[in-house]
Amino acid sequence: MTGPTVREEMLARVRTALGPQPPAPAGVPRDYRRTGTLPRGSAEALDLLADRLEDYRATVVRSTDDVAAAVAALLADVDSVLVPDGVPEDWLTGLTGTVRDAPPLSHDQLDNVAAVLTTCRVAIAETGTVVLDGGPGQGRRALTLVPDRHVVVVLADQVVHAVPDAVAVLAAHPHRPLTWISGPSATSDIELVRVEGVHGPRDLRVVIVAAPTGGGTLTASRT
Amino acid sequence: MSTFLGMPTVRPHPADPPGAPLRWGPSFPEAAHQTLRDEQLRANLRTATRTIRDKRRRVTAELGDWEQLRDAGAAIKADVMARLPELLTELEANVTAHGGVVHWARDAAEANAVVTEIVRAAGAREVVKVKSMATQEIGLNDALAAAGIDAVETDLAERIVQLAGDMPSHILVPAIHRNRAEIQEIFTHRMGDAPAGLSDEPRELAMAARAHLRARFLRAEVAISGANMAIAETGTVAVVESEGNGRMCLTLPRVLVTVMGIEKVLPTFTDLEVFLQLLPRSSTGERMNPYTSMWTGVTPGDGPSEFHLVLLDNGRTRALADELGRPALHCIRCSACLNVCPVYEHTGGHAYGSVYPGPIGAILTPQLLGLGEEGGPFGAHDPTGSLPFASTLCGACYEACPVKIDIPSALVHLRERSLHPDGGHPPTATDLAMVGAARVLASGRLLRLAGWAAALVGRATGGRPIHWLPWPGSLWTRVRDVPGLPRRSLSAWWRDRQGWSR
Repeated sequence: MTGPTVREEMLARVRTALGPQPPAPAGVPRDYRRTGTLPRGSAEALDLLADRLEDYRATVVRSTDDVAAAVAALLADVDSVLVPDGVPEDWLTGLTGTVRDAPPLSHDQLDNVAAVLTTCRVAIAETGTVVLDGGPGQGRRALTLVPDRHVVVVLADQVVHAVPDAVAVLAAHPHRPLTWISGPSATSDIELVRVEGVHGPRDLRVVIVAAPTGGGTLTASRT
Repeated sequence: MSTFLGMPTVRPHPADPPGAPLRWGPSFPEAAHQTLRDEQLRANLRTATRTIRDKRRRVTAELGDWEQLRDAGAAIKADVMARLPELLTELEANVTAHGGVVHWARDAAEANAVVTEIVRAAGAREVVKVKSMATQEIGLNDALAAAGIDAVETDLAERIVQLAGDMPSHILVPAIHRNRAEIQEIFTHRMGDAPAGLSDEPRELAMAARAHLRARFLRAEVAISGANMAIAETGTVAVVESEGNGRMCLTLPRVLVTVMGIEKVLPTFTDLEVFLQLLPRSSTGERMNPYTSMWTGVTPGDGPSEFHLVLLDNGRTRALADELGRPALHCIRCSACLNVCPVYEHTGGHAYGSVYPGPIGAILTPQLLGLGEEGGPFGAHDPTGSLPFASTLCGACYEACPVKIDIPSALVHLRERSLHPDGGHPPTATDLAMVGAARVLASGRLLRLAGWAAALVGRATGGRPIHWLPWPGSLWTRVRDVPGLPRRSLSAWWRDRQGWSR
């Protein structure tokens, strides 16, 4: 632990460095795009999101009303699927071997689960990014990290165009732990050759749902 | 490091065990003479920097408002410096309010002591680490090793560097000086649990690293990270990464320690919209990096139950005190300036003798170490004092910098500080030459005379470049040639051409 003296001395050093007349706070020009041009949830935004995710080698499935069938197809070859609280029950009808995080699973138990199925908070079309904030259907961060396959369902009205649009959505709950995911884990550390799949899930599968499927549970993650 | 003995196939880069992380080598020209001889290194660098340059150019051109984002980024950083005391206390209050513990460290030794004490208190003998420049800068791994704690780097490139006993040579890709065959060697001989018959295929090497680190992630009690930014308004800390090793470290262990330079604070949550566009596109040349994690203090039931934020000075207030050098603190460690620098591309990172290489390193390292201050390094032959001269002042770094740091101007300013630490100075040879040139250029008669003299030399040397001159000309010809002099002066040529008709 550092005593108050170290803290006070560091702050004093900063003030001394800035001088007796510290520079006036600079105005920040924000004439970059503060909002995207594609409307939230538009077909163009969804297409762009799909394109950008595929560019990162994520698997993308477009769905309209039968989320359960899309999810089941993406998880047909695994024997265990972790399902955090808050994932709509009607998405699970085609799944076998669902696992719950209650009581909380140990790291080793998580390591033995093949896949995880979640919702998300917001998705950014332009950068191919899905953001989790731990809200309903997303679970604690370890759940979407240790299993090797992550299936995430993105609803149309969660898809925004640009980064500032997403930051505005997330600012409603800035203190929640946030995970921004843009494709499967990757490295370019060896001769800058991109290798997909390192420590995070090596297999990212995204279901983009174009039309509302009915039922109040779908909007639960946007509290 | 006794396990390294008897395995001579992997030779560390640089060969001599380095001293201080910010000052380990000889002067830049001496070190560059060494690295320039390594053709393998130059070939590796050429390929790597070209690849990443092209990617960056592509994705930055994609955004129509890229220049506006750079302007906003530069202005936010200037604002941060102007309001640093209030932003740091605001950050501290918000981290504390959300269950985190904030520590202050004036220098490397203090920061290392704080971290070591936290690890000890947690009862851990092994910690996992997220790649972090701040912890490289303070030599944290060595300090932990001295306390009997094994710090395991988990970023692939950082792990390669650690296993090889190297120093990093690039801010983003610390093992950029190693090619696939060398990495295969390093893994085979140093990893301990490398699969038999490991090839030099990047995918296979990456999978070997995954297997090697997986058990360590799952059992780790304590993780140590840096921070790409921290939001004063909310107390939120962000780490930007690609492999998922960051998420593993930030999520699974019980205790998390983050070491962050004080200049990394940002005022508002909204500022993320600027830096999460500037950083990934400038750094890896991607629209977005695979993973970005943000957390605020501790979240019950999700991630570490203990969070410590160590705010580090270690020379930053020194840099802050120099109004002309201050913008070096705006750096977001993207490494775009390294990838476009003709000097870096040829000499590689180790020539800079600091964990911060390249153009940004040439201005950041001298300032962190107090270049030209009383008791500080100075002079063109000093390891630190020579860094501002490691540049052609071509300006490519300024153009690439996402927060518009005017590196060339800072370099010129620091050259002055390096040569004339006390400000005023007796006239140098350059000064005298400039005074002389001003006289000659102001007088038609003298200029004609000089032109005539130069043409005389030009005819005597056959217009060829001059490799040798007697003193004081040798000061110049020792390091570069004098371009060949023409056989006639421009005015003589013009006079003949016009035939004095007008």
